[in-house]
Amino acid sequence: MIRIIDYSAGNAPSVLHAMNRLGFETDFARSSQDLSDATHIVLPGVGSAKATMKSLDELGLLPALEHAVLEKKTPFLGICVGMQILFEHSEEEDTLCLGWLKGRVRKFDSEKVRVPQMGWNQVHFVKQVPPQTQDEYFYFVNSYAAEVGDTHDLWGSADYNGSFTAAVQRDNIYATQFHAEKSGEAGLALLRMFKELSC
Amino acid sequence: MLTNRLIACFDIMHGRVTKAVQFQDNIDVAPAEELAKELYEAHIDELIFFDITASSEKRGIDIESVKSVAGCVFIPFTVGGGIKSLQDMYEVLKAGAEKISIDSMAVRNPQIIAEGAKAFGSQCIVLSTQVKRTANMPSGYEVFIDGARVATGMDAMEWIKRGEQLGAGEICLNSIDCDGTLAGYDLELMKKAETAVSVPLVASGGAGAPKHLEDLFTHTESQAAIISSMLYSPRISRNYSVSELKTYLLEKGIPMRPVGINQ
Repeated sequence: MIRIIDYSAGNAPSVLHAMNRLGFETDFARSSQDLSDATHIVLPGVGSAKATMKSLDELGLLPALEHAVLEKKTPFLGICVGMQILFEHSEEEDTLCLGWLKGRVRKFDSEKVRVPQMGWNQVHFVKQVPPQTQDEYFYFVNSYAAEVGDTHDLWGSADYNGSFTAAVQRDNIYATQFHAEKSGEAGLALLRMFKELSC
Repeated sequence: MLTNRLIACFDIMHGRVTKAVQFQDNIDVAPAEELAKELYEAHIDELIFFDITASSEKRGIDIESVKSVAGCVFIPFTVGGGIKSLQDMYEVLKAGAEKISIDSMAVRNPQIIAEGAKAFGSQCIVLSTQVKRTANMPSGYEVFIDGARVATGMDAMEWIKRGEQLGAGEICLNSIDCDGTLAGYDLELMKKAETAVSVPLVASGGAGAPKHLEDLFTHTESQAAIISSMLYSPRISRNYSVSELKTYLLEKGIPMRPVGINQ
């Protein structure tokens, strides 16, 4: 079963709606026990990196999550802030993050562009992707973007006053800065691809 | 490159979409879910759903309609009208909406902007405001509430600045003067707003032809426009499809999410 981590502040219900639409057996995870039957894990995210890290900690989810993703290699999808916290550090409220991926998260320059970026932006993927999603438009709402420490982790990029990280992938870890669950049929195609992954 | 957004705005009464002219005289158009689905398939970029009578009738939010729309459209979806508390916001987000639009309620209790932004993130909180031209305010625009019926004595630019400081992640300006006129957006209003705040702006009120969208996206920094009458109002002689509007704008060199890429 696909388990969506629900820490109340996130956009877990939207992800659930999208997974239901695709006909996938999906439920929320609010405790480490809930992750025990997960074939796939989704970490949605809105709000801040600090609040997300704090929620994961308070729910006691981190050990079970790290066991499932880093040891059992359960396919994992992080969305928006759920992607940002995979890196070592976020500039947002000077937050130490999970460090599963090398790199740091920095704020867009509000002197040059409106912050947050809000809207549909075109994503160019550099590796494995369903053909119908290449160069498609996805919905973003973000004030921060990740700078990958290892370029092999870059999955896709987009442009907002210069190129930024739109998606990352390493082994079983997938993550998108955009909201795949709110990116129309292109987003649903990516979620379908994620479901087809197995450990 | 970030593209401009066309946002379809639904005024809902008892689960059906209605269309008002200058905030009065609502006429029935279609069931909300049906129209939402149709527009989603037509590549609209975003939806806003106002339970317009909720505030003036002191009712709660129509959560069932929110759920049914959220279950069939996979694009950003904002809900407004009748939001009175953090609990209301939570219910709406739980039902599958991404953003909450607050308007009259925020004027009565500005702290709800800060509380909502803290609990759910700024990106969830859209400050929507109805404004009217007047010589009596420094910016030339005054804030109105309760379906544009009640003047507040507040300067519109001061109000949106305050809203941004309190944590609103997006600001929607609805011109009472232009609403339903089909004569174009109030570009002067949007120009003033873009120097007042740095969050994304949404223009609302007045769109009647593709040229009005072109003017907005060319002459202002607004990257989002609310369209409603021109899409579906039975009262106007010519309705436009999303595809027609986007094709027109793309031909003018304005970045839009195209209809039907890779399909």
